[in-house]
Amino acid sequence: MKKFRLMRIVGAFAATLLVGSSAVTSSVPASADSSSFTYQPSHAGGTLKLLASTAGGTLDPQVNYTLQYWQLFQASYDGLLSFHKVSGQSSFDVVPDLATALPIVSNGGKTYTFTLRKGIKFSNGAPVTVNDVKASLERLFKVSNPNAGSWYAGIVGATACLATPATCTLSGVVVDPSTNKVVINLTTPDAEFADQLATPFGSVLPATAPSKDSGTTPIPGTGAYYFKSYNPNTKLVMLRNPNFKVWSAAAQPQGYPDEIDQVFSNTPESEVTMVENNQANFVFDPLPSDRLSQLSSKYANQLHVNTLTAIWYMPMNVNIAPFNNKLAREAVNYAIDKNAAVKIFGGSKLASPVCTILPPGFPGHVDSCPFQTPAGSTYSGPDLAKAKALVKQSGTSGAAVAIVATNDTVNAAVAQYAASVLNQIGYKATVKLLSANIQFNYIQNTKNKVQISLTQWYQDYPQASDFLKILLSCSQFHPGSDNSINISGFCNKSIDAEMATASTDMISNPTAGNALWSKIDQAIQGGNAVWAPLFTPKQIDFVSSGTGNYQFSKEFYMYVDQLWVK
Amino acid sequence: MAGLGVLIFIVTICLLAPIYAHNIAHTNPFASNIQGSTFINGKRVMLLQQNTQGLGFGVTPIGPTWNFSHYFLGADDQGRDVFARLLYGGRSSLLIGTASALLCCIVASILGLIAGYFGGPIDWLLSRVFDIIWAFPIYLLAISLSVVLLTSGLNIGPLHIGAGSLFLPILIIAAVFIPYVARPLRGLTMSLREREFIQAAIGSGSSDLRILWKEILPNAAPSVIVFFPLMVAFNMLTESALSFLSIGVQPPAASWGTIINDGLGLLYTRPWVALAPGIMIAITAVSLNILGDGARDAFDPKAKLRGSI
Repeated sequence: MKKFRLMRIVGAFAATLLVGSSAVTSSVPASADSSSFTYQPSHAGGTLKLLASTAGGTLDPQVNYTLQYWQLFQASYDGLLSFHKVSGQSSFDVVPDLATALPIVSNGGKTYTFTLRKGIKFSNGAPVTVNDVKASLERLFKVSNPNAGSWYAGIVGATACLATPATCTLSGVVVDPSTNKVVINLTTPDAEFADQLATPFGSVLPATAPSKDSGTTPIPGTGAYYFKSYNPNTKLVMLRNPNFKVWSAAAQPQGYPDEIDQVFSNTPESEVTMVENNQANFVFDPLPSDRLSQLSSKYANQLHVNTLTAIWYMPMNVNIAPFNNKLAREAVNYAIDKNAAVKIFGGSKLASPVCTILPPGFPGHVDSCPFQTPAGSTYSGPDLAKAKALVKQSGTSGAAVAIVATNDTVNAAVAQYAASVLNQIGYKATVKLLSANIQFNYIQNTKNKVQISLTQWYQDYPQASDFLKILLSCSQFHPGSDNSINISGFCNKSIDAEMATASTDMISNPTAGNALWSKIDQAIQGGNAVWAPLFTPKQIDFVSSGTGNYQFSKEFYMYVDQLWVK
Repeated sequence: MAGLGVLIFIVTICLLAPIYAHNIAHTNPFASNIQGSTFINGKRVMLLQQNTQGLGFGVTPIGPTWNFSHYFLGADDQGRDVFARLLYGGRSSLLIGTASALLCCIVASILGLIAGYFGGPIDWLLSRVFDIIWAFPIYLLAISLSVVLLTSGLNIGPLHIGAGSLFLPILIIAAVFIPYVARPLRGLTMSLREREFIQAAIGSGSSDLRILWKEILPNAAPSVIVFFPLMVAFNMLTESALSFLSIGVQPPAASWGTIINDGLGLLYTRPWVALAPGIMIAITAVSLNILGDGARDAFDPKAKLRGSI
């Protein structure tokens, strides 16, 4: 998948989630609704045409983990909670959605009590009930949600559901149809649980939804739009949900276009040309590098640039040669010129070099570049002589190394550059380019014996655990599986224990928690050189001249449903 | 003769690629040079130049200098000399085209002659195999084989061919075109088998192997020779297509197809990166076709071959 993994979880909410409290907490200002989008009916109508080179996979909101479809799911599905539908930093705030209010947290942070709104219907006309809520949470396990074993494993009963998904019954989820109450019990307090519920994975679906990945068959939702049809070879069509009425503009505002189409099978080059010519509204794919100069000169007012909390990195497999040797991994870190990678990506205005796992500006990030001469807080450049010496010292000189990357222009170019550098320091490096449809899962599976790869991670929510725990903890390493997001296969029990401590600290003392996450970052990257971090990118969106009301969410990026085509 | 002359010229300059790269351009066409620079009109310029217009996004490699001593056709997105890579790429493309055509013609000749000479169940079996292979769209079959073999290489018993080896595209391309050559040879052999001199050889007690080697092959050879240059052109085009799709020659090695692929991302700003190998492929394919036609006229003017390229 195109590694636009989104996860976001709520920092502000976590900070207020005091263990032992029973108060209703809110991360949203009292004036939340007034700060939400103001609907302007005069701009309603028309068809929004989005372009993508390929489809984004399954249309199941509890399975799909791509930005491409999360951008659509946010307008089509709702959970008990949602991220605030506004622009700017507030878009990371969690707000009540299908729930009447933010949950009452009790029992030392282990019990969440929600009240479901009444009168809301799915797009097929069926009313939303508390039974749908419970069934949807259980369905996460039945459909093998990518994060079922991490995000939702803390729900009481989840252990059994993970073991036998088909018969999953979450005893920790108690619903009362007479009062519309939903109580979720956790085994331990979780500062990030509200955020995890607010992602599309937490969507409430009809209890009758299939207990398997729905694939190309749309599942009814509660959002402003519903999926009319989906053909991964041609296009996806969304129409207005006839049963939708705004209950909270902060959670699910009314959309503008009558129809939203995502058309597949174009090349990024042709997509740009179509948007230039007003034949389409938006290019989902990364803009072709050779068009950037022209676009930034000629269409500056149609380009929207936003800072991301994301990272491009090269995970090295710590379990197979030559990168099971720490010195070899250090050598790669010394050798790669991050500024060169930035240049390939489009220049210093579109990306910044990074040396740590946690990107700059992220909770827990501390400026530190250990693998350069001299080590310092900011990146100063490669040291090829040192890298060559380390390769020699490691005894891995001459080893054949294959870099696995996706075959799009930018990824292929960065991989080729990296291969060239590895050849310079003594390896026999080649590049293996795979389609983006398979590369991300391919590099995760230990059976493929991938030594080093090029990939990206985009935050789901602003918590250090979203990088360190998700990408580098033992629980995320599943040998032989396509879903082993700990691509390096790094597993250190003592660091895992520190992660658990840091997660706990985040509930009671976020400052101490973030300090510990920083220490963990140093231990993993500085101490083990597990990755070769490259840079943090910026997001560039190119819309046509006939498209208005561009709004950007930290969580979902551009709000497709808020665009004007009239 | 014109086709042959052009072909010899192209082969010669491609063979001289190392001399050009090391002694004239002083460049390593396989090493990235992202932060490198060169001199143009006495001024040092970065090989990859940051855009300074508008919002300042984007980096563009330098264009052609039209100076043979450095970056004659400009640089690609890795800062490498496109002209030097073009010459090296020609070596790969011509090697794969020639080797796969040779392999294809040899195997196809053996199978076609056996099927046509022995007939019966052997002919039926081989013909059905040809039919099955030929029933697939040829590029789809080549792409499928490439995708599978590129991830793990080819492992058959003690035989191991690595995923990045040039032998893989050679084998794949040779395999998918075997029916194209073998089927007309089978027909030719069936026709020859009924001729009096073959019947005489059979009547005189010659062994099947001797008849195939001494009687059939010499008469079928002109057809194979005519096929060969046409197959080189065909196979070279196939290699370029596979490499363009990132499933042929693997980087950092270069072929004309991979260079076109490299140039695809620069088509808007630096079209020569893609155009130059495209032109080379076209010239080479045309010269090979002319050569093939000439060979046909010379060896077998009455031959009725199945189509032409």
